[in-house]
Amino acid sequence: MQVPAPFEYQRVGTVDEAVTLLDRLGDTARLVAGGHSLIPMMKLRLANFEYLIDINELHDELGHIRVEPGLIRIGAMTRHRELLESDELAAAFPIFRDAERVIADPVVRNRGTLGGSLCQADPSEDLSAVCTTLDASCVIRGTDGERVVSMEDFHQGPYETAVGDAEILTEVRFPVRPRGSSAYEKVERRAGDWAVVSAGAALWLDESGLIANARVGLAAVGPNTAGIPGIADALRGQPPAEELWARAGDIAAESCSPATDRRGSAEYKRHLARELTMRVLRRAAARINGQEV
Amino acid sequence: MTTVAANGHRTAFVDNDGKPNGHGRMLRKEDPRFVRGRGRYVDDLQLPGMLHLAILRSPLAHARILSVDTTLAEAHPKVRLVVTGAMLAEKGLAWMPTLSNDVQAVLATDKVRFQGQEVAFVVAEDRYAARDALELIDVEYEPLDAVIDVRTALSPEAPVIRDDLEGKADNHVFDWETGDAAATDEVFRRADVVVSQDIVYPRVHPAPMETCGAVADYDAVDGKLTLWSTTQAPHAHRTLYAIVAGLPEHKIRVVSPDIGGGFGNKVPIYPGYVCAIVGSLLTGKPVKWMEDRAENLISTGFARDYIMRGEIAATREGRILAIRTHVLADHGAFNGVAAPVKYPAGFFGVFTGSYDLEAAYCKMTAVYTNKAPGGVAYACSFRITEAVYLVERIVDCLADELRMDPIELRMKNFIRPEQFPYRTKTGWVYDSGNYAPTMELAKQLAGYDELRAEQAEKRARGEIMGIGVSFFTEAVGAGPRKDMDILGLGMADGCELRVHPTGKAVVRLSVQSQGQGHETTFAQIVAEELGIPPQDIEVVHGDTDQTPFGLGTYGSRSTPVSGAAAALVARKVRDKARLIASGMLEVSVADLEWEKGSFTVAGDPNASVSIQDIAMRAHGAGDLPEGVEGGLEAQICYNPENLTYPHGAYICVVDIDPGTAKVTVRRFVAVDDCGTRINPMIIEGQVHGGLTDGVGMALMEMIAFDEDGNCLSGSLMDYLIPTALEVPDWETGFTVTPSPHHPIGAKGVGESATVGSPPAIVNAVVDALSPFGIRHADMPLTPSRVWEAMQGRPLPPI
Amino acid sequence: MQVTMTVNGEEVTREIEGRLLLVHFLRDHLQLTGTHWGCDTSNCGTCVVWLDGEPVKSCTVLAAMAGGHEVRTVEGLEQHGELDPIQRGFMECHGLQCGFCTPGMMMTARALLDRNPDPSDEEIREAISGQICRCTGYATIVRSIRWAAAEQAGTRTTAEEPERTVAPADAPGPAVASASGSAS
Repeated sequence: MQVPAPFEYQRVGTVDEAVTLLDRLGDTARLVAGGHSLIPMMKLRLANFEYLIDINELHDELGHIRVEPGLIRIGAMTRHRELLESDELAAAFPIFRDAERVIADPVVRNRGTLGGSLCQADPSEDLSAVCTTLDASCVIRGTDGERVVSMEDFHQGPYETAVGDAEILTEVRFPVRPRGSSAYEKVERRAGDWAVVSAGAALWLDESGLIANARVGLAAVGPNTAGIPGIADALRGQPPAEELWARAGDIAAESCSPATDRRGSAEYKRHLARELTMRVLRRAAARINGQEV
Repeated sequence: MTTVAANGHRTAFVDNDGKPNGHGRMLRKEDPRFVRGRGRYVDDLQLPGMLHLAILRSPLAHARILSVDTTLAEAHPKVRLVVTGAMLAEKGLAWMPTLSNDVQAVLATDKVRFQGQEVAFVVAEDRYAARDALELIDVEYEPLDAVIDVRTALSPEAPVIRDDLEGKADNHVFDWETGDAAATDEVFRRADVVVSQDIVYPRVHPAPMETCGAVADYDAVDGKLTLWSTTQAPHAHRTLYAIVAGLPEHKIRVVSPDIGGGFGNKVPIYPGYVCAIVGSLLTGKPVKWMEDRAENLISTGFARDYIMRGEIAATREGRILAIRTHVLADHGAFNGVAAPVKYPAGFFGVFTGSYDLEAAYCKMTAVYTNKAPGGVAYACSFRITEAVYLVERIVDCLADELRMDPIELRMKNFIRPEQFPYRTKTGWVYDSGNYAPTMELAKQLAGYDELRAEQAEKRARGEIMGIGVSFFTEAVGAGPRKDMDILGLGMADGCELRVHPTGKAVVRLSVQSQGQGHETTFAQIVAEELGIPPQDIEVVHGDTDQTPFGLGTYGSRSTPVSGAAAALVARKVRDKARLIASGMLEVSVADLEWEKGSFTVAGDPNASVSIQDIAMRAHGAGDLPEGVEGGLEAQICYNPENLTYPHGAYICVVDIDPGTAKVTVRRFVAVDDCGTRINPMIIEGQVHGGLTDGVGMALMEMIAFDEDGNCLSGSLMDYLIPTALEVPDWETGFTVTPSPHHPIGAKGVGESATVGSPPAIVNAVVDALSPFGIRHADMPLTPSRVWEAMQGRPLPPI
Repeated sequence: MQVTMTVNGEEVTREIEGRLLLVHFLRDHLQLTGTHWGCDTSNCGTCVVWLDGEPVKSCTVLAAMAGGHEVRTVEGLEQHGELDPIQRGFMECHGLQCGFCTPGMMMTARALLDRNPDPSDEEIREAISGQICRCTGYATIVRSIRWAAAEQAGTRTTAEEPERTVAPADAPGPAVASASGSAS
C-alpha cells in the first residue's frame, strides 16, 4: 500500500490550541479531521506537509447540530453519519439526508466531517453543493477572532477556500425560513463514486403559495456554483409548476461548465444538470406539501 | 456414475441410510481460520531480519532511458540496496521469458515501453523507507511517441516498440486463423441474411482484493531459495525460476499460501517476484515485495482488449449457417499471454458457440502497444469470454434483424443432444451437452413470457426495460498433453494420497486454491471414492516441496484435471485396499463388494472390513496377501483425454432511468450445467462471483488510457468494481450433463459465469434501447455511454 | 513518537512514526494480520476495524490518531472461545471464498447488528457498500448476516441455510425434461 511521506503529528484538544499552533507553524501545517480526502492524497504523495494537526479531539467542541429559531448551526467536526441520522436536521432540511445517503460509503461516513468536506473544496463534493443550496455561511476562527463568510466567498476555486493558514472552520450556519423544503439527487457510476453530476434544490413559498425563493446547487459541473441566481429570478413570484422546473433545468444547464472525463461527456453532464435540477425542484416542492415524489 | 439429489441440497456425508457420502453440501474446512482472521497471506509473513522492496516505475508510456542516478537513494540511512536495469544486465537477469515465448524486461535497460514499467528497485529496512527512497532516484528519459491505438499500431509510421528484438521493424506479434475461410465465404455468399457488427471487448483487470507480492528468502549456506508468492501455479513458477535465475530446481521451494483471489491475475511471473529474489540473493536477507493497488492495476496481467468484427450468416427462417470474425488483439508491450503454446489466441476458437454451423472462420492479428502486458486473465477460460461475448452479441444482432425472439433463435440452432461428442467447424470436440432443457429452465425461472408482456406495457408508458439472454459453452480443464503445454510443460496434474494407519488420509495436490475451497472439494472427492469422512482427509496444496508437479489453478482446470486425479488416485488406493481386504476376509477379490467405506463378502453381510480396518492392517504386523506391499498410498499423474465443456443459459432483466440513463440490473437468472456437482454450495458461490464480474465488465470496469499512454484507471476510485448495491439477489438453477471422459463426470465451473454474464447484461441493455434504434453498444455501459446511445450515437469505448 | 491505545481490550504502547497508518500498526507492529489492505484510496474496505465502536477504514486513519482510543479487530470477535454469530453465519452461508475481504465485512456486519438487530437485505447491502468482495457476489454475505441476526434473535428456524440453486424438478411451472445423464 502507498504510504505518506514523513511529517510530524500534532494533536490539539481545543480550537484555541489549534489556532495557536497553526499560527506558529504557518503554511507548513495542515489540519486533518476525518482524513478521508487528505490522507489518500498524502499516501499518493499528491500532498505533503511538515506538520499534520489532528483535530478529531475537537469533536466535543465542534460536533454539534443545534436547531434554533431561524437558524441551524452545525459544528465543523460533525461527522457524515451524524448528519445522516439527525431527525431534526432532516425535518428542517431533507436535502441533508438525501445527500448523506449517497456520499462515499457508510464506513467513510463514520469518519468524514462537514468541515473537512467543505475545506477540501473539491468541485465534485456533495456537501458543498448542499451548503450552497441552503445559502449557508461559514464561521472561521483565527488568532484575531471569528469571521463569517458566505458560501460564495468561502469557495475561492477548486481546492481553495477562504480559510487562511492560521484559521480553522468551526461552524456552518443555515438560515431557516418558513414554508420551505429541499432535495438532493446524485448520479454516480457506482455507489461510493464521486458524482457524475449532483444537484440540490431548496424552495421557499410565500404566504400566498407563490415561490419566495429558489436555490439550486450543482456539483461536478465546473467550479462550485453560487446558487445559480438566474433560477431564483425566474421562479420568484410564480406558483410551483412543472414547466417552471423545466425552465430552471434549462438555466442550470446553461450556467454550468462541465468537462468531458471518464465519468461522462460534457454534453451528458449538461443534460444531467437539467434533469436533476428539475427532479430536485419537483421533489422540494412536493415536500413543502408533505409529499414524496 | 455419481448421482446428484434432485434438490441439490443434500448434506455431504450423510445420505438417507446414514452411509458416508462425499459429494453434497458441506461447510468449508478452510473457513474456521478465515473467520478468525487467521488466514495466512503473503503479506502476513514476517521473518527475522526481513527487508522491504519497492519498485520505481516509469511515469511515461514510451521513452528512452538516458540515465539512472541512484546516489541519493543509496545514501538513505535505511536503504540496503538499490538495483537498476543496468546492474541486472550485468548479471544476465535484465530480461526474463514470458509464458508466450516472448521476453519481458525485469527492469528496463534501454527503453520503457508502458507506463508503470519497472525501472529500478530499492531494498530498505521498512516499507515506508523503501517507498521514500524511490523519490531519491533520478531517471532521465527521452520521451518517444506512444502507440496506444491497436488500429494504428501496424501503420508504417508507427514507432517500433520492440526494437529490443533483433530485426523487429513493426509492432506485429502474430497472425492466427482457424476454420475454413473459403467454405465460410461460400456459405456467406449464398445466405439469405448476413449481419455484421463491430464489437469491442475493452481492456479490463482481474483486480483481486489481495495484490501481488512475494517474500524471497535465500539461504546462502544450503543454497536454497524459498519464495512465498501470490501464484496460481507454484510448480510452473519453480521451473521457470530455475531456468531464469539458473538456480538448481531442487533448491527452489515455491509456497503459495492463502491467496486473496486470483482470477488469472496471479498466473504470470511478474518482474517484482524476480526483483524480490535478486534482492534476497544480494542482501542475504528475506525480502518482501507487495505491490500497491496502483501497481497492480497499471502493470500486472490485464484481460481482453479485443477489437472484433463479427459476421453471421443465416437463412430467413433463422437457421444460422456460419460465423466469421476478424480480431485485432492488443497484447501490450510484451506478449505475456498465459496460454498453451499452440493456442496463441487461447481458446477463442470456440467462438462458434453452442450452435450447429455449416462453416466458421476467424482471422486474428495481434500487435504490440505501449500498454501493460498480459491478456489472458479475469476468469476468461483462455479467451472464451471474448468468444462467447462475440457470438452471443452477434446472435442477438441476427435476432433483431430477423425480428425473432432471441431464445427462439438460439433454441432453433442448438447443437442437438444426439450430436455429442460434437466436432465444431473450428475443430473443438464438445464432450457432452443437452442445451434445450438448460435454456428452458432459465426461461421458466425468469418467467420469460411474463417479462416480455411487462416490457411491452412499460414501453407503452415510456419506461425503459430490457431482457437479455445468453447461452454459452465453455471449454475448460486444459489439457491433453499431446495438444497443450506452457513453455514445454505439459498440462497434466499429479496427485498423491496416503491413508494413515488409523484410517485418516492426506491428499497432496498440484493445484492451488485462491478461494475456490480446494481443501473441502478435494477432500469430498476422495471421501466419495474411499468412504473416509471428508473431515478425516487433509488436503495439502500450494507448496512445491510437499506436493506433486502440476500446472496450477486457472482456466477452471482444478476440478476437470486435478479433480480427476484425486478420484483416480483414490480408486488406486481402493484397489489396493481390496487386495488387503481379500486377505483379511480370506476370500478372493472377486467375491468382495464395495460399498462406501467397506468391503463386504458377497452374500455375507456380516463379513465386512472397513477402510479404516484395512488401513491398520496395511501398516500392521500381520501378513499381507502375496505381492502386496505394506502401506496404503498411491500417486498418479492425470493427463486429461479432452477438455470438458460446461454450458449455461443466462437471462438478465435491466431497467434504465429514462432521465439519467442509469442501468439497474433488476434480476439475473443463471442456469449452469457443470456436469456432476461435488459441493453445490461452493458451485453456487463460484457462479455468484462470476455474475458479479459480469456486472462489473458490462457496466463499469475498464482500464482506460489517454493518447499519451497514461493509464486512467490506476486506483479503485477510477477502476470501478461492483458493490453489494449494484448486483441483484442472484437466481440460480442447474442441470446435470456429466462429462463422459471425466472419472466423476465433473466439468469445472469457476469461470462459467464470468464468461456467460457480460453478453446477457449487454443484450438486456441493447434490448432496452432497441426503441431508440440501437442494435449494439459497447461496454462499459456507464450512464453517460448509455445516454449517448439513447441519442442515437453509441460510441466505442476506445 | 509513542502511542498508547486499547486493542481488543488490551492496552498497547509502541514507538512509532507519526505517519504510520493504523492498518500497518495492527499488522506489522502488533502482528494482528487478520486486518488486510487492498487499495491506496479508501475504496476496498478490507482494512475495516472498529475505532471507539464504529467501523473505520484503518488504511485512512493514522495510528497516532487512534492514540487514547479503543480499537477492535477481527481477532477480537471471538469471545471466551465462542465465535460471534457473525463468524458462524459466514461459515454457514458460504459468505466467503478467498477470505480476504471477510474480516472487514464481519466487522461492519457486527456493528450493523449492534445498531439494527433485524436489518433488511437492502439495509445490509447498504451497510457493506463501502467494501468490495471479488469472490462471492455479495448474496451469500447478505445471507450470512441475516443468519447471524436470526441466530442471535433466537428466530432461526432451519438447521442450515442451504444454497438456493434450483434443479429442473424444483422449477416453478410445468415440469421439464431432466437433462440427459442427470440422475435424480
